[in-house]
This record gives sequence, C-alpha cells and structure tokens, in this order.
Amino acid sequence: MPSLGADMQFGTIVDWRVKPGDAVKRGDVVALVETEKGVIEVEIFESGVVESLVVQPGQKVAVGATLAILNGGAPAPVKAPDRVAIVQPTVPIAAEMPAQRDVTAPESQRLRVSPLARKRAEELGFDLSSLTGSGEGGAITVGDVEKASARAKTATVSSIAAPVTAAKGLDLGAMRRVIAAAMARSKREIPHYYLATTIDMRKSLEWLATENGKRPVTKRLLYSALLLRAVALALRTTPELNGFYIDDVFKPAEGIHIGVAISLRQGGLINPAIHDVDKKNLDELMGNMLDLVNRARTGHLRSSELSDGTITVTNLGEQGVESVFGVIYPPQVALVGFGTITERPIAANGMVGVHSMIDATLAADHRVSDGHRGGRFLLAIERLLQEPEKLYGN
Amino acid sequence: MTAATIKTTYREAMRAAIREALVRDERVFLMGEDVGRYGGCFAVSKGLLDEFGPERIRDTPLSESAFVGAGIGAAMGGARPIVEIMTVNFSLLALDQIVNNAATILHMSGGQFNIPLVIRMTTGAGRQLAAQHSHSLEGWYAHIPGIKVLTPATLEDARGMLWSALEDPDPVLIFENGLLYNMEGELAADAGAVDISTAAIRRPGKQISLITYGGTLFKTLTAADELAREGIDAEVVDLRTLRPLDTATIIDSVARTHRALIIDEGWKSGSISAEIMARIMENAFYDLDAPLARVCSVEVPMPYPKHLEDAAIPQVPTIVAAARRVVTGHD
Repeated sequence: MPSLGADMQFGTIVDWRVKPGDAVKRGDVVALVETEKGVIEVEIFESGVVESLVVQPGQKVAVGATLAILNGGAPAPVKAPDRVAIVQPTVPIAAEMPAQRDVTAPESQRLRVSPLARKRAEELGFDLSSLTGSGEGGAITVGDVEKASARAKTATVSSIAAPVTAAKGLDLGAMRRVIAAAMARSKREIPHYYLATTIDMRKSLEWLATENGKRPVTKRLLYSALLLRAVALALRTTPELNGFYIDDVFKPAEGIHIGVAISLRQGGLINPAIHDVDKKNLDELMGNMLDLVNRARTGHLRSSELSDGTITVTNLGEQGVESVFGVIYPPQVALVGFGTITERPIAANGMVGVHSMIDATLAADHRVSDGHRGGRFLLAIERLLQEPEKLYGN
Repeated sequence: MTAATIKTTYREAMRAAIREALVRDERVFLMGEDVGRYGGCFAVSKGLLDEFGPERIRDTPLSESAFVGAGIGAAMGGARPIVEIMTVNFSLLALDQIVNNAATILHMSGGQFNIPLVIRMTTGAGRQLAAQHSHSLEGWYAHIPGIKVLTPATLEDARGMLWSALEDPDPVLIFENGLLYNMEGELAADAGAVDISTAAIRRPGKQISLITYGGTLFKTLTAADELAREGIDAEVVDLRTLRPLDTATIIDSVARTHRALIIDEGWKSGSISAEIMARIMENAFYDLDAPLARVCSVEVPMPYPKHLEDAAIPQVPTIVAAARRVVTGHD
C-alpha cells in the first residue's frame, strides 16, 4: 500500500485492475485505492508478472502492507530478487478470487452499479458518476444512491452550512481531518515567509485574446495555464523552491510537478500534480488541467498525481479574492498564490492608464530559502508574463 | 405449541405418512430393497411388514430398473405404488424407467395413461457413505418434464407430502436427505397432507434471501441466526419442490431483499442452483442490488474421510461468510 499523501495511514482496495498472470510494467494502473482523499488509481513501481493478489477489494490495510506479489518477469534493475514484493510481507489472506472479475482495461471506465441502484438513480434523476460505491468491488448499491440523494437534498435546502459529508463514498469528514493535520503540521513546523507582487497581465491577456481568436472554442487557452507555465519556468532558476524538506534536509526535486489546488464541490480540497509543467506546451497543459479537475471531482486520481507535487499553486481568482497567502503543503517548501485579475489605474511613464493586474504571492519555507531568492522568483514570473508568446513551449 | 402435538422424528413422520396411505387407500403398496423384513435401509418402513403383510410391503431383488419398471406398470394398472430406492446414486440404474417411461408415457400415449407413481429415495452426504451413496442428484431430476421433484425438509413436509404425491396423477419423486431422518421435533398430532407446489418462507428477513431446500435448510436457518447476531437480517426460502419450481415465491422474496444466496448440496455446474440464479436474472434483474452467489458442494466425488466430507459440503460458516459478502460487499 503506497503512501498517497503525507498523512495517509491506511488505504482500502476498491478494485483490482490486474489479475494473477497479467504482465505489468512500471507506471501501469494496477488498483483503485480509497483514501480519505478519494479513490486513487495506484500505479505499480516495478515491472513483472502478477503472481497473486494478497489484499482483496474492500479490505483496509496499513501503508506499507503488501498488496500483491510480483514475479519479476523482466529483469529488475538493481536489487533483483526473483520475487519482488511491492512492499513488506503482511497478513495472509485466504479468500479466493472470484472466478471472473472485471479486469480488462476498457471496462475499467464503466461504473460498477447494481441493477437496482441504477434503476433507483434513474427514478431520482441522480447522477451516478459522482458516487463511489460501498458494495463488492466498489459497486454502487441502492443504499449509496439513496444516502447520496438524501444528502444532496439536505445540501440544497440548507444552502450555506454545507454538510461536510460527500455525495461520493469519500468521507469528507475524514478529508477535513487530513487537511487539518497537514495544515497544522505545516504551521507548526514550517517557518513561512510571505512575499507579494502585483503583475501586469495586459500583454498576456492581449496575446491570449489574439491566440484564442484563431482557435475553436474547445481549444481556447485560459490565463491560468499561462500562470502555471510562468511558475514552472521561473522555478528552473530557483530550484530551492521546488522540492521536499524531509528529516531536516532539503531535497530539490528533479522534475517540476505543480500541485494544483482543486476545491471539491462537496467541500474539501485536493491538490493533484501536473507532471513536468516546464516541459509541456500550453495546449498540453490545458488538456492536463481539464482532465485533472474532472477526475479530481469524480474521484479518479492516480497515486503519482497525489504524492508527486513538488510545489503547489493555488488560484482563488475565480472567487474574486485579490491576494492569497497560502499554507505550504508539507513536505513541499513553497506555495504560489494568484488572486483575481482586476483593472487598476497604473501610473507608468508619466501617464496613468488602466491595466489588468494580478496579485502573485509566495509562501516559502525559510529553512530552505530566503526572501531574496523568493523575490527573484516572483520577479521571474512577472517577466515571463510580459513575453507571453515565449511561454507557449514546444 | 398446543397440547395437540407429538414429539417425533423425520423418520417416524415419514413412516406415519406411509402407514396412513396404506390404511386410507388399499391401492397403495410399498416396494423396494429391504423395505420388508429388514424394515428399510434407513428403518423408515420398520414394522410395516407385520402390520400390512407381504402383499403390500414387498421386498424386491437388487434390480432398480426392474422394480421401478414394475411400479410403473402397477400404476398404469390402477395401483398407487410407493417405490423406495435406497439412495439417489442407485436410482441411476433406473434412469431409463424414470426418464424414458414414467415421465413420458402420458405424452406418448396421447393422454391415455397417467402414471400415479411415487418414488422415494435418500439423498445427500454427511454420513461417511462415500462417493457412491452420498451425492445430491435431485437437481438432475428437476430437469425432466413429466415428473415432480419434492424435497421435504421439515417434519410437517415429511409427514404431509407423501399423501399429496399419491393423489397426484403423475410420477412424483420424493428426496429424503439422509441426515434428516434422526431430526427430532414437535409435530401437530393431526398433521396431514400439505401442498406440494409452493415454496415456503421459513424465516422472514429484509436484507438477503437465502434460498435452499432439503438437507441444507437447517444449516441455513442456523446461519441466518448467526447473521442476525451480526446485524444482517436474512430471509430463508425453503423451495420444498424443485420441479415445478415456485418461481413466484423466489422472485417475490428477492424483490423484497434485493440480494440472494443459493445454498445447495449439489454441485454448481449445470445445477438447480444455476437454474434458480437464471430465473432470478430473468425475472428480477432490476431488483438486484448485489451479484447473486452460491454455496454448493465442492466439485469432487464425495470424500469418505469425515473432515474431507465436511469440507466438501455446505456448512454454516461458509453460508454465513457468503451471505455477509453479498450483503456488505466484503468478508
């Protein structure tokens, strides 16, 4: 059971995507695991052939427990024992696998819903895709539908005090506790320093308007993609903001994987990472962002996305917030915040003009970097956004 | 219970039913291997030879095909024979008579000849009688149009099904699970004929239908008690009759509980349990909230050693575990 977040202690196997005898290679999605943060697709670290599945769907095991046994089909790189356990040996499970399980890749997209649950959802006009099931193999049962439907009703009635329980099988109470633990730890351990600057977005927005004018609606770019690109490229020159602080040592990250804070409709927060943002062009990035938001909100994130973020970007512009001073997500060492774009009178070159401005902030770990470096980083972002045509990437 | 009950056993109830039939209808006679002087291989007919004489309690040679055929002929001639076959395994020797003759003659004769024949036989494992005396093949017979297949499990049914079977104008097979003969209990003193066409809800419940019959009924009821202690409210359906299957009662139960587990001492492949699942899928698909499941015998010839035989057939813990899995989605 891999750790899918700094404070994860247990995970529940929701479904296996492989069966004994299947050949797998590093990076394949092998299982769905439910954590307090939702249902996560777990990728495998090693290549080989699945020898047996140790943990059955529905079972909750501790991080570090063996989920399955691999038989090293392909020669393993360094430590090459014949049988590579994913992690450590654990409780033996006697239960036999059902003879026929839904394991083929294309089918994995199909929701597992009991016939009765499907019928009931239709009667209630309830969208099943927002649910995670409690039945066998994560199947949605009629109980899941009725509970979620009842909650949806209470939620719409008592508009503001949105209950911290989700329509999804994901436990928002638990998620709130996880956020609480991570944020408390952050404020307890990390000596934050904060910087803010205001960036002129006029050139970026003009460039976007021209660029989008040539594009069909579905291919249009959002300024938030430009911001991500600017952050990624600025990080190349300030590596001390990109990495992890673990056991009193800063480890710069090799790639630039930006965690994007996504608020969930039912409440709660998740920050899955977009990998190698500095190496992607804006179109790729747009695709990644849309995909991530969709999957985050339907609970289909991959393990590497949840644990790989090397820095977090939070964008509260949509909410009309002008500046956000964030709390660093440990063990990361920096968080970049963007507010909303507002038109402001700006005096420049002896004239007052109306410019579209955005507040960019940095919360960074003073154990690793100083205000001077942080300032250079924000300045680099600002400069990059003045030459938007160069931000597109290859 | 009121004062008007008697303490009895399944064996005694069955004997009382045969005796009543012999008294009530002079066309009734019993024949089979060792039913007379030996009193029946499982002592069901003990004492009947003395009371009714060798004309009506007839010992036969070890020749199932011959004496089942004789029963068919007697039934065609107007008698009401009860033929006892020692175990279901031996009935295979008479398969030609049962399937090709008893089941078809009404049809082949253009409706001229009914075969009002009753064949009783023992079925099931659990008594260390090994692989040639212990199988549960009643599901096979349920495949055959033209015959009825009864599986009395309770004292009431042991006492009451025989007379109804004799009243039926067509061949009826009664399967008595060998483990039930010694079962004791209270039975109404005036117990008599019961219907032989409906299933019975032996225990009402809301969360899962445990569908079973014969020898596994009481294991299933015990399992339902254990499930209740875990907070799972199980309904127990006793099929009573495997052919014709009371589909309406099954579907009605599943439509209320939305889940079903079938418990059958027969093997899974091509079995009555498979037939029940098929009917649920045909009739109650949109009422299901979980995949159907089965607890059946392991697909091996029945082992002789006790621990292996116990492991081969449905037991209370396996029923409880399977039901729990269906209801909760996990072990």
